[in-house]
Amino acid sequence: MSKPKPLQILTANHLTRGDVIYWSGHKWSNDPASALLFCSEERAKEALNQVPHAIAVGPYLAPAEAIDGKARPLHFREIFRSLGPSNYRHGKQQEARHV
Amino acid sequence: MYNYTDFDRAFVGQRNHQFRAQIARRISGALTEDEFKPLRLMNGVYLQLHAYMLRVAIPYGTLNSAQMRKLAEIADRWDKGYGHFTTRQNIQFNWPALTDIPDMLDALAEVGMHAIQTSGNCVRNVTADHFAGAAADEIADPRPTAELLRQWSTDHPEFAFLGRKFKLAVSGSTVDRAVLQAHDVGLQIVRQGNERGYRVLVGGGLGRTPMLGKLLRAFLPEADLLPYVESILQVFNTLGRRDNKYKARIKFAVHEHGINAIRKQVEARFSQQRHTFAGNDRQVYRRIKADFAPPVFKDAPLDTYEAERRNNPVFRAFTDTNLTPHHAAGYTLVTVSLKAHGQTPGDASAVQMRLLADLAQQYGHDELRISHEQNVILPHVHKSDLPALFARLRHAGLATANVGLASDMIACPGMDYCALATARSIPIAQQIARRLQTREREVGPLKIKISGCINACGHHHLGHIGILGLEKSGKESYQITLGGDAGNSAAIGERMGPGFAYDQIIPAVDRLIDAYLELRATAEESFLQAYRRLGSAPFKRALYPETRLAAELCHAL
Repeated sequence: MSKPKPLQILTANHLTRGDVIYWSGHKWSNDPASALLFCSEERAKEALNQVPHAIAVGPYLAPAEAIDGKARPLHFREIFRSLGPSNYRHGKQQEARHV
Repeated sequence: MYNYTDFDRAFVGQRNHQFRAQIARRISGALTEDEFKPLRLMNGVYLQLHAYMLRVAIPYGTLNSAQMRKLAEIADRWDKGYGHFTTRQNIQFNWPALTDIPDMLDALAEVGMHAIQTSGNCVRNVTADHFAGAAADEIADPRPTAELLRQWSTDHPEFAFLGRKFKLAVSGSTVDRAVLQAHDVGLQIVRQGNERGYRVLVGGGLGRTPMLGKLLRAFLPEADLLPYVESILQVFNTLGRRDNKYKARIKFAVHEHGINAIRKQVEARFSQQRHTFAGNDRQVYRRIKADFAPPVFKDAPLDTYEAERRNNPVFRAFTDTNLTPHHAAGYTLVTVSLKAHGQTPGDASAVQMRLLADLAQQYGHDELRISHEQNVILPHVHKSDLPALFARLRHAGLATANVGLASDMIACPGMDYCALATARSIPIAQQIARRLQTREREVGPLKIKISGCINACGHHHLGHIGILGLEKSGKESYQITLGGDAGNSAAIGERMGPGFAYDQIIPAVDRLIDAYLELRATAEESFLQAYRRLGSAPFKRALYPETRLAAELCHAL
């Protein structure tokens, strides 16, 4: 039996701020948990071509999983992107403090 | 220090104005990312993992206090209060907004700095020996040569779109501190009789296919510098591959065609165009050279310095590791380590930058240097001022006495910042430094260099211990190379075997250090000397104690 394909999320960097953003289904969001999870590869690729690109640089699909209904990236590179650097609490960790 | 002319100021101002307009067109949507990317790269702007990054050139690693203060101001005003000094004498700001970058560049221009050609397929920031103009072993200050090359290569229309990036380094000493053999062109100032000139190396580079530079010319008269280097670039532009970016650096042309064929072509081109330079380049060189006149050194008694060394063991430890002989009596070079144990190698906070600027102004003839080893140097400090200077460094957490020791590591930003990285470098460096802190003086001179991907910005190939972070089966994996060196006996390190997982790499380095301490012939035999004497086998056994590989090696012995 073949291994089921992972879910996917759509991510990019913000045009002016450069920070990591995720497609939530109706807008780009800073919050990885709000990322829309695509079950089908076909739908994901379709979304990649259709989402508004004006503020999103280099959008691409990344494998993810659903934890309590929220998206969580699977690959360590994507996990680091969703968290920020490990040497300072900058980036996403800093943003989280202000939420 | 080189002083910007009206032409320089107008050129940088115009370039900033042009780039400001390009950014505006990108934001408005008039330029696509594909159209904008080569423009931003030519101006030092990358889009990294978490944000844009602005890479600012510190030509030949030289700064004055006003420039260092400006870097601090930029860090505070537009970034997150710090900057990262790189292995090519640049500083990187990791968090600018694209919309702020034009203002950052204008601020830099106020003190004669810019980010032009710190990226892209062009001639990059020209680097030099970080002890330039001060070291006791220097034949001549390499910075006038580096500045001449910078002016010649900046916005040079023929070399603005090379097949790949092109890196030049210059040294004025018999001791190679500029990693000449790992550059596309390495220039070493030498003497032949009474004449001064250059020993020219070509075709060095690290990355996925590391190669050491080969001798192109044993002696190039000083006056022939620009026509000769231009000839090298022209041959590269003709022979260099453009069909495969992984084989486009000049090192591949040298490898594929052979050094003799390259030399023949360069010499032929040189003889054709030498006369076209007509001496204007020499006039410019003479003007530049006058800007680099040494400061007026003072004479003062050394009693306080010697007394402090006798009475203060912490000061003595600092002076044992962080000083380098100066050519002027009573003076020393002071290396300020940016490698406090557990900190990010090469990072300096705005507060630290301001302090370094103050110290340079007060005790160092207003000069600073940045090394490719990611430290800051005060190149002209009189030893009588050292106790006071040391006290202020210590107060700011900048008096770590570890220069040349295990914790004085080179580490690239790795996957904490870099979009190209395949694994993290910084936390590995932090953990190794903490782990080895208590015994690094016992271990002695040791160069550990860490890269977070095969592009080798962390110079791992040249580390006595090199660590390369890769991805393996969806996880970070770290390969170890041993026996590399960046100096006069430059060598590419030998890969030891399978990689180590993130949580296994620190114990592996620990085992290597244990093995070295057990194997060394005397306490004076360095890690590299022991490795060269013994070969890799005992170190492989230490790295892979329970594997078949180790068993086979033991059996073979």
